[in-house]
Amino acid sequence: MGVHVPDGFINAPVSVGAGVVAAAGVALALRGARRELDDRTAPLAGLTAAFIFAAQMLNFPVAGGTSGHLLGGTLAAILVGPYTGVLCVSVVLLVQGLVFADGGITALGVNIVNMALVTVVVGYGLFRLLIRVLPRSRASAAAASFVGAVVSVPAAAVVFTLIYALGGTTDVSIGKVATAMIGVHVLIGIGEALITAVTVSSVLAIRPDLVYGARGLAAPLELRTEPAPAAR
Amino acid sequence: MGAGHAHRLYVAGASPIHRLPPQCKLVAVLLFVLAVVATPRERVWAFAGYAVLLAVVAAVARIPAGLVLRRVVIEVPFVAFAFLLPFIAEGERIAVLGVRVSEDGLWGAWNILAKGTLGVVASILLASTTEPRVLLLGIERLRAPQLLTQIAAFMLRYTDVVSAELARMRTARAARGFEARDLRATRVLARSLGALFLRSYERGERVHLAMVSRGYAGRMPATADVGATAAQWSAAAVLPAVAALLAAAAWMVP
Repeated sequence: MGVHVPDGFINAPVSVGAGVVAAAGVALALRGARRELDDRTAPLAGLTAAFIFAAQMLNFPVAGGTSGHLLGGTLAAILVGPYTGVLCVSVVLLVQGLVFADGGITALGVNIVNMALVTVVVGYGLFRLLIRVLPRSRASAAAASFVGAVVSVPAAAVVFTLIYALGGTTDVSIGKVATAMIGVHVLIGIGEALITAVTVSSVLAIRPDLVYGARGLAAPLELRTEPAPAAR
Repeated sequence: MGAGHAHRLYVAGASPIHRLPPQCKLVAVLLFVLAVVATPRERVWAFAGYAVLLAVVAAVARIPAGLVLRRVVIEVPFVAFAFLLPFIAEGERIAVLGVRVSEDGLWGAWNILAKGTLGVVASILLASTTEPRVLLLGIERLRAPQLLTQIAAFMLRYTDVVSAELARMRTARAARGFEARDLRATRVLARSLGALFLRSYERGERVHLAMVSRGYAGRMPATADVGATAAQWSAAAVLPAVAALLAAAAWMVP
């Protein structure tokens, strides 16, 4: 179910081009993550990456016996911030490619562009947009993360189709690739969105301060100086 | 990939391939796979040559063929896509065993199968002859930002801990009679994920405090240096050099 592109799927020039875009995106994310987490970046982003890696092992049933698993881009961005989110998913992809031979080494750029950059930019962008217009509550944070995640997965499929149109190694009509990719990923997106929304909502219920994307939602603590009613 | 990535590929050994510095092996594999990807798909003999090269590397590194083949299974979703190509691709139709298929699609399927498999096998050989920790040192040697390799190192170090938490949650759910049947199970699973995130993040906070109390100021101390000599670089260059010759020959020979 994962969209880890292997070697040979996309031709060499486009793979190298995607690698350059991915490197620029990761460099930008490295800078931004230092702003989000300063010297806590390495352990916190590392543990979040381990969490995303483990979360991808959790299969959820989709329909007719097939199952899907989380990509996690939008979820990571909402929980720890967009820059750290890009970094976490990119590191997961890097380790999967190098240590577990999952996803081609020349396709790493394509995979990072699709699954880290696009999902975070689209998913987190939509989430923030909705958080601004919706009433300030836990339900609307959950709804916003649902919408962000549900759109982010087909968006990654659209960008994959564009990359395929540029550097695909077989002459398949782009319409067919787009229909197949987007069709499947709308379904995956619904599972992704359900998991993302419930996860964000349950973290918000326990530690609202840890949800980066919804920090503005928590009511500021107030100091009450009136004496409490005496206990009977 | 439903089975997850629980088992690692590294096979301990002391072969010449194991002893090469990681940065040499990384560059060699990357250049090798680039040469493979850039080869015109009609030159079947060139791909046979690449396969022989990888077989030689595996033999020198004493990596059993069975281990490599078991891991190649990771490709399966794309193999399924490759088998569809002859039927959906455009271009001239030819008859194979009485079925009319696209000629370009057939070549496309071959292209993905050959290049994808060679790429996966090269990555498997890299990962099975290099410890993950050393691989990260190699990336760092190739001027990757230290913060990136630090994050990857933390991820590798704590993946087993976090996966074990997830496994304990699964046991706890099962002990209470939970079974994931359909979409309604998502609620329960996602709550587990929320709890898992909190446990991971809070563990990260504790790890950070422990590091600060031991003098951490943004850089990890280097415990092992993996410098490479010119001889080691040239030994590692043999694989991509032969592959580049093959690729050049494939472009020139009709």
